[in-house]
Amino acid sequence: MKRIVLDLLKYNSEFRLGVFLISIVVVMAGLSFFSPYPPNDVYVVAPDVPPSFANWLGTTSRGQDVFWQLTIAIRNTLGFGLLVALLSRVISITIGLLSGYLGGWVDRLLMAVNDTFIVIPLFPILILFYFVLRDSMSTVLLAVIMSSLGWAYDSRLIRSVAMSLKTREFTGTSVFSGMTTFEIISREHLPYVLPIIFSTTLNNMNWSIGLEVTLAVLGFMDINTPTIGGMIYWANQHTAIVAGVWWWIIFPVLLVVATFVGLYLIAVSINEYIDPRSRLARMGGGHS
Amino acid sequence: MHAYIQFVIKRLWQFVLVVFIGINIAYLITHATPIDPVEQSISAVTSFGNTAPEAIAEMRKSLQELYGLKGDWLEQYISFWRRILRADFGPSLSAFPTPVTDLIARALPWTFGLLFFTTLVSWGIGNGLGALAGYYRDSRKLKAFGILAMGLHPVPYYIVALLLMIVFGFVWPILPITGGSAMDVRQGWNWQFIESVLLHSVLPAMSLIMIGVGSWFLGMRSLVSNIITEDYVIYAEIGGVAQNRILRSYIVRNALAPQVTGLAMSLGGVFNGAVITEKIFGYPGLGTLLVDGVYAGDYGLVLGVTSIAIIGVSFSVLVIDLIYPLIDPRVQVQA
Repeated sequence: MKRIVLDLLKYNSEFRLGVFLISIVVVMAGLSFFSPYPPNDVYVVAPDVPPSFANWLGTTSRGQDVFWQLTIAIRNTLGFGLLVALLSRVISITIGLLSGYLGGWVDRLLMAVNDTFIVIPLFPILILFYFVLRDSMSTVLLAVIMSSLGWAYDSRLIRSVAMSLKTREFTGTSVFSGMTTFEIISREHLPYVLPIIFSTTLNNMNWSIGLEVTLAVLGFMDINTPTIGGMIYWANQHTAIVAGVWWWIIFPVLLVVATFVGLYLIAVSINEYIDPRSRLARMGGGHS
Repeated sequence: MHAYIQFVIKRLWQFVLVVFIGINIAYLITHATPIDPVEQSISAVTSFGNTAPEAIAEMRKSLQELYGLKGDWLEQYISFWRRILRADFGPSLSAFPTPVTDLIARALPWTFGLLFFTTLVSWGIGNGLGALAGYYRDSRKLKAFGILAMGLHPVPYYIVALLLMIVFGFVWPILPITGGSAMDVRQGWNWQFIESVLLHSVLPAMSLIMIGVGSWFLGMRSLVSNIITEDYVIYAEIGGVAQNRILRSYIVRNALAPQVTGLAMSLGGVFNGAVITEKIFGYPGLGTLLVDGVYAGDYGLVLGVTSIAIIGVSFSVLVIDLIYPLIDPRVQVQA
């Protein structure tokens, strides 16, 4: 594991940039624990102050320091993305491995459902959820809903790997040595799909954070939990751009873009690492 | 031909399944709620002013049926489906008494036009450039484009649209940032109106294309760079086939098949993006209708747009799937 990370850092500039961006984001999130005042307090500093030495990123029209607001917002946003990714991994790994290993009618049935979830436009459905739940919609509930909707794409990917694992000799050996389906899948196949799972986790985080930001900006979730989307929502409510309070909107946008690009670059470079052909090309050992 | 018919039947069955599951999710969502949606919706509407008692009774009836609150659960479920199949979502609450179907019919051409155009353009540009970038790996310009695509692709539609809005609305105001056409232009088939529509669609289209191109570009580039190491490509190169021809008929044709499947699979996501983009730029399509419907507490409208979105997207996927065998002849044999 350590070797892989060192290799990636040494040979892959995209991975380096990704790690750099994500480090900034994580440090920001960590700083939230040192915030001088509770994140939901308003009018603790003078409103609408442009970036200065006292307030690095300026202050909002609600009298909050953009910097400290941003630290708690990015922490919640990251936590949200992580929660969705972890929950949906459980579904996509189970379905992907089962479907790929068992094949036959189980595979056909699961993939029919799977493809349905890929095709259905999820955004209107999420909006419908908000429409019905209204104020009962919380960040955790939204995470559960989103993870039960957003597993399909990755489980198809995992299935394709499981299908090729099934034809390998060691699977046959495991069957003959009397292992149950569950044992084969969890002990023999799972380790092989772990790298892919890791990169899909990052992509899934991007997906869920993107949706969270969008929903919050439209006011379609619990807007009193500070998140990046929530910050932009409040900035829009106070017409920050028109009022010239640009720092209120630009900094959250920059930070969340850094998150997206960082996560994506790490995911891509891991995918590339998994494929030995492109890894060799990168290290200069092979030719294209 | 027999194989193709089997293929069509398989896809039709998938289409029915998608719509069935999708609409059922919508049904479940609206029935799992602890809040009484009918009274909530009615009080939301009537609080704005006086409404005739008959109108309220009519509204309550259609809401109860839409929510499926009359009779036992089987009756409820059946009447819900009957409404969906007849595309009858009752009168809209926010634009009472216009039927929801009328509102949707008015918004649909806008969304369809925007989506059709942007999907086609971003698919075309992305795959074209991607193929070139995979084949001519040392080109500086294409490499730079690759970096740009990598930076843009993971950013959600909302952020890109917001940035475009800030740039072209406030920093450098040369394009209209809101609406589908200028207010003072009569809608109809005259040049002035068409020009206004085109001008207003530039920013929403641009934000959709900017995100869309990236993923096609990256996908195509990696597909092509895998294919060029295949034996038959090397053989063709040694055999002296013209480079142009290798790229066009040997590489791109093979790489296009998964990209067409990808197009079908991405439509749902593109639609999500369009919903958001439309709302930001005040584009009079389904997205704006949906979001405004939520703000106004208009249940029939929200359910109507959601159902139409599910049916519309899965129908487009079906159409793409049925075209697929024309591109990939292998499907005709397998099926």
